[in-house]
Amino acid sequence: MNLSHLPDQPAIYFLLAAFLLAVGVFGLIRRRTFIGMLISGELIFAAAGLNFMTVNRFMAPDPAVGQVVVLFIMGLAAAEVAITLSIIIAVYRNYRSIHSKELSELKG
Amino acid sequence: MRPFPLSAYLIVAIFGFIIATTVTGALIAILSRRIIRSVAGLALCSLGLAGLYYFLNSPFLALMEILIYVGAVCVTIIFGVMLSETDEPEPQDKLGRERWWAAVAALVSVAIFWGLAHTSLYGAWPVTGAPETDGSVQTIGVSLLTTYSLPFELISLVLMVAILGALTLARGGRDKS
Repeated sequence: MNLSHLPDQPAIYFLLAAFLLAVGVFGLIRRRTFIGMLISGELIFAAAGLNFMTVNRFMAPDPAVGQVVVLFIMGLAAAEVAITLSIIIAVYRNYRSIHSKELSELKG
Repeated sequence: MRPFPLSAYLIVAIFGFIIATTVTGALIAILSRRIIRSVAGLALCSLGLAGLYYFLNSPFLALMEILIYVGAVCVTIIFGVMLSETDEPEPQDKLGRERWWAAVAALVSVAIFWGLAHTSLYGAWPVTGAPETDGSVQTIGVSLLTTYSLPFELISLVLMVAILGALTLARGGRDKS
């Protein structure tokens, strides 16, 4: 296999996007602070964008569509980050903690 | 015109370096205990993704990735880190529920990765012919203002509502009374 065709293989990009998605889900389950979960969510957004761009580059007839969709994904991710951080700050002001285990008022 | 000597190997080396940057950044982002290091890992991962977008024939998106993710999202998360105390707590019971929970998370993510990798390696992906447009910035701009004008406006509406909502949420409880 000729190594110089390596950047033209869609499988590499697909595998990388799957890796980012898996890592993001792992972090989302494993993390115990809200900002850590937010970072994992950003990784999942990045995986979606990379997947869109790969399909756009190798399989779509119109290469502008995927770029437009990835721009929309970036805009939604930015809006999500703004909202989530303000929620985190509001929660921290009320509870003095952003660890997901300590944010409960009822025992049990 | 003669190409640059060894340019093919150079391109492959740069590609491998970009992939390594992305993978390392993602691993730092989820595995480090200090939150500020995982923000730095997210920035590293975004830099790698920008390189991948460049290899996918879209320098415009590479620029936007650096501008939005490294320039805006990571800086905003760092502000959030500075406004609250955020480090991961030390696990209390080493052998108890923590390990079990980590095993469940690893199992779920390995299953997702295995399924998607199988699909992407052995799936019947269609092969298309020559692209219809060149995918340049001009084409993107024209399609944003003609075909995708409604989603474009809706995104601007979403961003405005997000800004207003963020201001309202973060302002609560800051009154003088």
